[in-house]
Amino acid sequence: MSQTDIIGGLAEILEEVAGVNPADVTPEKTFIDDLDVDSLSMVEVVVAAEEKFDVKIPDEDVKGLRTVGDAVSYIRRAGVAA
Amino acid sequence: MSGILDGKRILITGVLTDASIAFSVARIAQEQGATVVLTGFGRGLSITRRIARRLPIEAPVIELDVTDPAQLSGLGDQLLGHVDGLDGVVHAIGFAPESVLGGKPFVEAEWPDVATAVQVSAWSLASLTRAALPLLGEKASVVGLDFDASVAWPCYDWMGVAKAGLESAARYLARDLGPRGIRVNLVAAGPLRTMAAKSIPGFDQLAGAWEGRAPLGWNLTDTGPAAQACVALLSDWFPATTGEIVHVDGGAHAIGM
Repeated sequence: MSQTDIIGGLAEILEEVAGVNPADVTPEKTFIDDLDVDSLSMVEVVVAAEEKFDVKIPDEDVKGLRTVGDAVSYIRRAGVAA
Repeated sequence: MSGILDGKRILITGVLTDASIAFSVARIAQEQGATVVLTGFGRGLSITRRIARRLPIEAPVIELDVTDPAQLSGLGDQLLGHVDGLDGVVHAIGFAPESVLGGKPFVEAEWPDVATAVQVSAWSLASLTRAALPLLGEKASVVGLDFDASVAWPCYDWMGVAKAGLESAARYLARDLGPRGIRVNLVAAGPLRTMAAKSIPGFDQLAGAWEGRAPLGWNLTDTGPAAQACVALLSDWFPATTGEIVHVDGGAHAIGM
């Protein structure tokens, strides 16, 4: 799956879960400070991303996903591994 | 298939993610033959709905805030859309405001915050049981998740006081529901890395000590043992046990140092 596809998928999830404008979802944005996604919404984003991209994102890895770009690389790696 | 919960209808609260203890209870209950209905609340409800699809059999999720009288009184009607009665209820609900948890000066806690902790974490065992009571059959079982409240812990603070209230409430409910054949028991699990644990600052301090003290050892990420104990208590295999606290903690509670 391409980087653009993953960003598009994440944007859909972020809009549905946290009301984020899809246009704001770019690789350098941080979930917490830039996109205003709080910890409970982040839990749902992760759950939804696991379903959409058919990957497993263990809790201890979620802390490392600070920006949209972090999540994209994580999902690409996890997708390849699976 | 034959399991220890064959034909039983179980209401399970407190499933937020698949790391929730209650998620393991739901999974094992289904594997043991139960029909499971979950509850979720507030902003967590949509997460619970997604997670419900990860069970062996997708479970229906109904909305229940245990502090909302309207939702409590409507529980029966909501449930009847899915099951015609209940044989078991799992209480996996706890909350304390940050101001009274995590190593802030214990003595400075303000009553409204303490009241919230006690209402959501202890009184709710009674409110949930009352709401479910008209549906509870003979030999029904109520099981709650506890954290040993017989001693003081680092950082647990007023949540510990609320758990002491939960333990006492379970004994009183056992007293009053015993004549109807309904059992009320708690499972006091060791520390587990759930979402609830994440919200306890200083959890690691507690968790670290546990692994060294438990004679059987303790796995901080395996919710299976606590869940198995819940399922056992929901089953017919503890017919004369009520008002009890079963420690599922690797044995740590039995060891002084």
